[in-house]
Amino acid sequence: MKLPFLPNHDDPSFFDFLTAQHPDLTPGIRAAAMPGLSAGDPLRAAGAVTVPQATTVLGLKYQDGVVIAGDRRATEGFQIAERRIEKVFKIDDYSAMAIAGAAGPCVEMAKLFQTELEHYEKLEGVQLSCDGKANKLGQMVKANLPMVFQGLVVMPLYVGYDVKRAEGRIFKYDLAGGRYEESDYHAIGSGGKDARNTMREHFRKGMAEQEALKLALLALYNAADDDVGTGGPDLVRGIYPTAKIVNATGITDVSEQQIRGIYDGMIAARRSKES
Amino acid sequence: MPMPYYVSPEQMMQDKAEYAKKGIARGRSIIAMEYVNGILLAAENPSASLHKISEIYDNIAFAGAGKYSEFENLRKAGIRHADLKGFMYSREDVTARSLANGYSQSLGTIFSQELKPLEVEILVVQIGNNGHANEMYRISFDGSIIDERQYAVIGGKSEAVQAVLKDRMPTQLPDLRMALNLCIAALEQTGNQKLSLESLEVAVLDRTRDSRKFRRFSPTETKQLQS
Repeated sequence: MKLPFLPNHDDPSFFDFLTAQHPDLTPGIRAAAMPGLSAGDPLRAAGAVTVPQATTVLGLKYQDGVVIAGDRRATEGFQIAERRIEKVFKIDDYSAMAIAGAAGPCVEMAKLFQTELEHYEKLEGVQLSCDGKANKLGQMVKANLPMVFQGLVVMPLYVGYDVKRAEGRIFKYDLAGGRYEESDYHAIGSGGKDARNTMREHFRKGMAEQEALKLALLALYNAADDDVGTGGPDLVRGIYPTAKIVNATGITDVSEQQIRGIYDGMIAARRSKES
Repeated sequence: MPMPYYVSPEQMMQDKAEYAKKGIARGRSIIAMEYVNGILLAAENPSASLHKISEIYDNIAFAGAGKYSEFENLRKAGIRHADLKGFMYSREDVTARSLANGYSQSLGTIFSQELKPLEVEILVVQIGNNGHANEMYRISFDGSIIDERQYAVIGGKSEAVQAVLKDRMPTQLPDLRMALNLCIAALEQTGNQKLSLESLEVAVLDRTRDSRKFRRFSPTETKQLQS
């Protein structure tokens, strides 16, 4: 009996469904299946393919939840590949993720993760728990391991509002799919260390939303100051980093106007120090 | 080895159709009705957790009458189809028409090739955006597909419910409260009993919502809506 999509398995995972039915569409699995691209082949020996790389993103807890923010620059070697790329994604009602690494596969993973969570919710009639979502993302990062050997690294930062615990949570990952929860803040990407340094100096528990947002944007500013791969606010073109607030009411985009206002103040303060 | 008896194809199809129809009529009716801001779906359902109405995609909903295990499988298959298509192409490329065609193919094949037909009747509805019309498809156990307007009824005494609605349906699209009351009245009249709010499953595809338009109403919300 050959019928389209009549289930012969009862798995609520879209990722597993895709892997089984359409391996050509599944990141990671696809790379492993590509005969010419296995480890140690001439293409790889000639040096990794250059693709746009996306950079500093961070998550920061405050009293009601988490602020998640990212810069807008993608680079390809020493070139700017994209000035207004979006690296912070709303995944579902209570989670968002930010990505660092090869831009194309990163965006693809965000889209797949989005579909995965929605798929589960529709099939099962309930949302996955916050831990469940974080675990699933870890498995997807692990499945991407073959791509890492091709130089296509995808590194997510996951933040979610845990409805049961009534608190915001931050998860970071390693390339092998390891999942680690962060208690206060974290930043990843080429400017991640610079952003973490700034947050370490100014972070305290139970900050108000505005204060946390300011610190997140300051951390991105400092990262852009020291790291070539991270873009700061572009005053000429009017391109600013993006941020989202994750709390009990869901995911809220911080308006560009508000972000611009914060940066205007920050830049004015810096300028006054110079003269 | 004894030879199997000869049964004419007509007889076989007729028997199967009768068998399926009987199974579907045993259940209760589900109504889909267009209202000003979208489509309302209402079903008589004593269970609070085994749903007959469900979300498939951004603007698409599904309702199934008949055997639960069978339409539940179809529902899951529909969600897989929709999510796969939306992932491969784009969210706007997922349409009720293609989904309804898929269902029609599957049900038709099972009806003609399998010993036991599926005892289900399903509805696939989609709200139109930006001035596009709503779409409502009713698909029967044999794969036949009917494009409905204003309202659609499946399962139970669907013809009786349809007759009631035909009489009472206003010429203008009703608002949500009026549509809900109309659905409840039609279900009560054909069932000859008062429906409690707990045994009513209500959901809408609401055009005014963001991205995912499907919304399920709890009994308390239904009550608020009614009065």
